[in-house]
Amino acid sequence: MSARGAETLPSSGGNLEFLDIGGEIAALSPLQLFWRRFRQDRVSLVSLGFIGFLVLLAIFAPLVVDILGLPSPYTPNSNLTDSFGSPLGPSGAHPFGVDQLGEDVMSRVIYGTRVSLEVGILGTAIATVIGVVVGVLAGFYRGWVDTVLSRLIDVVLSIPILLLGLGIGAACAVRGCVNGTIQPGLGVIIFLITLVNWTYIARIVRGLVLSLREREFVDASRALGASNTRIMFREILPNLVAPVIVYATLLVPINILIEASLSFLGVGVRPPTASWGQMIASATPIFNTAWWYMTFPGIALLLTVLAFNLLGDGLRDALNPRTAR
Amino acid sequence: MSALVEVRDLVKHFPITRGIVIQRKVGAVQAVDGVSFDVEQGETLGIVGETGCGKSTTARLIMRLLTPTSGSIRFDGQDITNLKGAKLKAVRREMQMIFQDPYSSLNPRKTIGTIISEPFVIHGLEQGKGERRKAVQALMETVGLNPEHYNRYPHEFSGGQRQRIGVARALALKPKLLIADEPVSALDVSIQAQVLNLLRDLQSEFGLTVVFIAHDLSVVRHMCDRVAVMYLGKVVEVGPGDALYGFPRHPYTGALLSAVPVVDPSRHGVARHLLSGDVPSPANPPSACRFHTRCPKAQERCSIDEPELEDKGTGTTAACHYPLTREEVPEIGVRSSG
Repeated sequence: MSARGAETLPSSGGNLEFLDIGGEIAALSPLQLFWRRFRQDRVSLVSLGFIGFLVLLAIFAPLVVDILGLPSPYTPNSNLTDSFGSPLGPSGAHPFGVDQLGEDVMSRVIYGTRVSLEVGILGTAIATVIGVVVGVLAGFYRGWVDTVLSRLIDVVLSIPILLLGLGIGAACAVRGCVNGTIQPGLGVIIFLITLVNWTYIARIVRGLVLSLREREFVDASRALGASNTRIMFREILPNLVAPVIVYATLLVPINILIEASLSFLGVGVRPPTASWGQMIASATPIFNTAWWYMTFPGIALLLTVLAFNLLGDGLRDALNPRTAR
Repeated sequence: MSALVEVRDLVKHFPITRGIVIQRKVGAVQAVDGVSFDVEQGETLGIVGETGCGKSTTARLIMRLLTPTSGSIRFDGQDITNLKGAKLKAVRREMQMIFQDPYSSLNPRKTIGTIISEPFVIHGLEQGKGERRKAVQALMETVGLNPEHYNRYPHEFSGGQRQRIGVARALALKPKLLIADEPVSALDVSIQAQVLNLLRDLQSEFGLTVVFIAHDLSVVRHMCDRVAVMYLGKVVEVGPGDALYGFPRHPYTGALLSAVPVVDPSRHGVARHLLSGDVPSPANPPSACRFHTRCPKAQERCSIDEPELEDKGTGTTAACHYPLTREEVPEIGVRSSG
């Protein structure tokens, strides 16, 4: 039967070897395919490079400050303010100028990278793990599990995070709440960010799982005797990696901005720890005389957020070739 | 010969619900509604019918991918209707399924090697990486794939090759029963024959019992010893292929057969017996004989009194009060040979 079928086919190059295309062609894994596309996206590569630079800057902040010959960010120096108390502008010794206390702004911007990346990456990581677990459970089991988790997401999404942050800040600023265990700072910020942001990931993952669980490979796995756990983590999870990476990358800048906002409002990181948002806040009253104090942390914040956003877009394009370019 | 699978009064209703938080049932899609048949050891049973008649649901019920609403399924003498956990897992080693859509039945994130070795991993067979790999490559060779493609991903294969991968995965556990759910309907016609012949060869090689589901009647004829015809969740006629194709008794079977295109110019112009109207909704099926709304031979009795499956004396068992007669069969253009 198949022989007759081959005869009636228009003869395109003699014998058609359907099954043996040649074992020499190297197989490309999805990761390799992704890298091939990503590599051609210059904007994303630059963003990735910039983020890599920021990470190194954060890790080696003391070293970098040392090499540049800057003072440590926590050394107030009253000699660096003029007779009216206004800080001095950018100069050879202090490229970004100094603040009201005579602390070096460049050194503080470099140290501020630590706070921003810590909040951005740690907050996103925790939110992503929670979001993926909740989303997979809701999407996979459906029914009442889905109803309970989805309503929980609705409830959490109605929490005004900035107001809650302000409230905690106001109530706990002096002596801390619950016997001093809750105090404004990095921990509270990461908690607040995680509290709200897992819901975005969970919603996306739930939707993806709802459609993935209907694919036949899930049935095939079940027919082979696979348990629910195995199906969720070995069959469905690998298919979620790409979209989750994209959304997580896009969450990082949001988290960095939330940290900056909360620090700006005085709830977040407390002085003397350097944070971009808090620097911008304390620069506001003296912007007329010391433009550099607000400008440089602002630029750092802008570039960081921009880099993560562009990287996220690039990842989405490279992981999802079907999206229009 | 003894029956490997005995299906009795199998019913599957999918509830139609309304409401978001508090769901209430407003009806049910009666996908499968009282189906009974046997699958004998070593035979190939074909199940045919239009889209939505419950063929695939029946297959998924036998595989226990769905839990029946009522009725019973016996496999190899054991009642598997309500098995759970380890016992169900043990039964699943004995029966496997080939899926309809080769583009959705393979996980796009896994290599072919991983996909085919999955049954071994789940059941703890062929321990050791080297041995597992050897077993997988042997399977790949059995189904006509190049074993060197072990590390490739599904997207690098054509539809026919993907279906072969699905076959290899299903055969890994050396099952007794293989359910093929429209295994070729998603493939190009030129590739269909290859996959069908592969299935036939493997069946004799492994001594498989096969339930073959299709809507293509000529494919079923090529593959099957016995054929069951389904309409709206019920079996309307069962019988050996020759008897059913030669002398269909149920008017629905007759209509299906006369709709098969015939490559024979001399028969051009021979009247076909075409059905009018659409298949009624399985959420609200017609009373008694479900075919009476479209049946050319329907009488008043057909809408009141439900016909039982009974031997019609010509080889097949049909559920009809007014079965086709020998004079009517050629009249409606059933092709008798081929």
